Amino acid sequence: MNFWLELAIKLVVAAGIIPVVGMVIGFAEMKLSAKMQSRMGPYFAGGRWGWAQLIADGVKFFQKEDLIPADADRPVFKWAPALVLASTVAILVPIPFGPQVVGRNLDLGIFYALAVSSLSTIGVLMAGWSSANKYSLIGGLRAAGQLIAYELPLVLAVVGVVILAGTMSLNGIVEAQASWFSERGWQFGLPFVIVQFIGFGIFMIATLAELSRIPFDMPIAESELVMGYVTEYSGFRFLFFFLAEFANMFSLSAIAATLFLGGYWVPGLSQPQLNFVGPIVLFAKIGVLVFAMIWFRWTFPRFREDQLQAIAWKWLIPLSLANILATGLLKVVV
Amino acid sequence: MTTRLSADQDLVRHLSEVSVSVELQTPDMTLNIGPQHPSTHGVLRLVATVDGERAFNVQPVIGYMHRGYEKLAEVRTYPQITTLVNRIDWVSGYANEVPFIIAAERLLGVEVPERAQFIRLILTEMARIASHLVFNASYPLELGAATPLFFALRERERVLDLLESVTGGRFHPNFNRIGGVKPAQGAGSATRKVIQDLPRGFLAETRAAMDKVLSTVNELEALVAGNEIILARTKGIGLIPPETAAAYGMSGPNLRASGVGFDLRKVSDYLPYTQFDFRVPTGANGDCWDRWWVRLEETRQSASIIQQAIDSIPSGPLLAKVPKIIKIPKGEIYVRAENPKGEMGYYLVSDGGLGPYRLKIRSASFSNLSILPWILEGALIPDIIAIMGSLDFVLGDVDR
Repeated sequence: MNFWLELAIKLVVAAGIIPVVGMVIGFAEMKLSAKMQSRMGPYFAGGRWGWAQLIADGVKFFQKEDLIPADADRPVFKWAPALVLASTVAILVPIPFGPQVVGRNLDLGIFYALAVSSLSTIGVLMAGWSSANKYSLIGGLRAAGQLIAYELPLVLAVVGVVILAGTMSLNGIVEAQASWFSERGWQFGLPFVIVQFIGFGIFMIATLAELSRIPFDMPIAESELVMGYVTEYSGFRFLFFFLAEFANMFSLSAIAATLFLGGYWVPGLSQPQLNFVGPIVLFAKIGVLVFAMIWFRWTFPRFREDQLQAIAWKWLIPLSLANILATGLLKVVV
Repeated sequence: MTTRLSADQDLVRHLSEVSVSVELQTPDMTLNIGPQHPSTHGVLRLVATVDGERAFNVQPVIGYMHRGYEKLAEVRTYPQITTLVNRIDWVSGYANEVPFIIAAERLLGVEVPERAQFIRLILTEMARIASHLVFNASYPLELGAATPLFFALRERERVLDLLESVTGGRFHPNFNRIGGVKPAQGAGSATRKVIQDLPRGFLAETRAAMDKVLSTVNELEALVAGNEIILARTKGIGLIPPETAAAYGMSGPNLRASGVGFDLRKVSDYLPYTQFDFRVPTGANGDCWDRWWVRLEETRQSASIIQQAIDSIPSGPLLAKVPKIIKIPKGEIYVRAENPKGEMGYYLVSDGGLGPYRLKIRSASFSNLSILPWILEGALIPDIIAIMGSLDFVLGDVDR
């Protein structure tokens, strides 16, 4: 296929997938939280189940005035939401939705994904700093503190998977899970979560901290910091943060599903078949993880910033180092 | 020539030292928490001097909700004042009326029928349940958990519906009359003899509703007390020793959480509480967790008191014989009561007229709030919210 045509298709799909996925997850969060709290949730918009609620919300945000505080650092304030959303889109590049359904099969795919996922924190810090609001500033600094504490366990949890797969390419990691045991033409695959359950747990906890969702939503902390770093945002810039949160849930869950749950792979399907079934399989796995995140969000209270640091440094990092050691031994022995 | 050079060098060294000492100054950041803030329960303002996450000086600023009720009471007649006082602590409006009405009755020398006293007691305890359920709803929310809110508020709605069914008001019942309570059914006609009693079925419905309250309290306990994060956020946070609590004039659940088992319902006779069997829960440490737990346990005790009262309520009239125009003889009296937020008292001075000469209102939240500068010194910002929430105050009760 023509390179430029291919690029255009990929761009359109990526530009379409972010708002659609953001709205679907946002709607799921509304309905699920309503279910957990004996409420109805959105009901009127669109006629049935309130399916158009998120569209109505999005349109509403575009009608709002784009307020910029008088003391704000204008260019930084304006670009912060775009940077947050851009990192979300950039993570999607190496994620394989099928053997060939992938933005770009990078050799260092997981390395790239984790690197660009941290970029959103810079956007958050920019938003907190430029808003000229003390609550925003505290929120932004909390986000930065969280990034430093949680990037390490996040990366260390992935190391176990990389050792098992022997590659950093996300396609390679999925294929390694599909053919984990291959003897005399027999191929027998298992998702890595079977042996990497500690790594999976650490990865999910660190992901929640990275997304700043409850129980780690200290950068936003509605009851403490009003809305943290988004306090001063309105209109479509606020929508960008809103969308980025849900889209980030999607893309980080996609990475977790690819690393630990087998990605697009299901047993018993050939490679060409997986090109068509793969996206559905991956979406289903992402759905399970996103559901868990929503479930936590409406069940747990929030940690304190120092408690979060204690968990990261005293528990998660030693645990993930032990996990790497154990995985290394397993790889050598088996 | 050489001396001038060395003098220049001295000057240069001096200037460099001066500039260094200027650069190292770090101004403190003053963080205004409120008056518009999601978790200050209204319009409380805290001026916090913070160093990063730690606040080393917090000063509460009050008065944004001042409505001048003490002054307004001086230009109202006695029966009109209940409409004012039930707006003091609007979360438990009914309970505010009772001590004022008792003060007026005692000065007037009216004997209140026993059935009316029982009804007052039942409704006061329902107001207490409603108030404690609001606390149980808002406190986990301040710690970040949104779901207990809906469990608690749904149950509070049941209690408020019952209050409304008998008094006509959810928040501001205005149900007390000097000499008893308002006859609920068919009242208002001066010519026709009317039945003076509660709406039919109210007592039975309330008794059944209390069983549901008890089961919801169990649910809330499982939801909140079983959560490790809640325990980590509240245990050992905001410790108030008993002596300090007493020194700051704290009362109610906040005092009892510090281990002081003082409850006016046990030692005073403003309502017939002594006829019922109930416990006064006290906390062990006086931290946020104990304040949460004491309120949860008090909700259970209140539900049990209501059920006992309904089982033993005597029959009889609701209103004593009082003159049409109430003039209270010259005198003064202080009546205090155990309200949901703590001890509430009215100092009523009458000069023999239609309205009070002076009405001093002692509200619980005002005294409970006075501990904030002491207890918030050196607290982290998240702990400020946790401690403030655990004191369970209402700004209407602080400013009056």
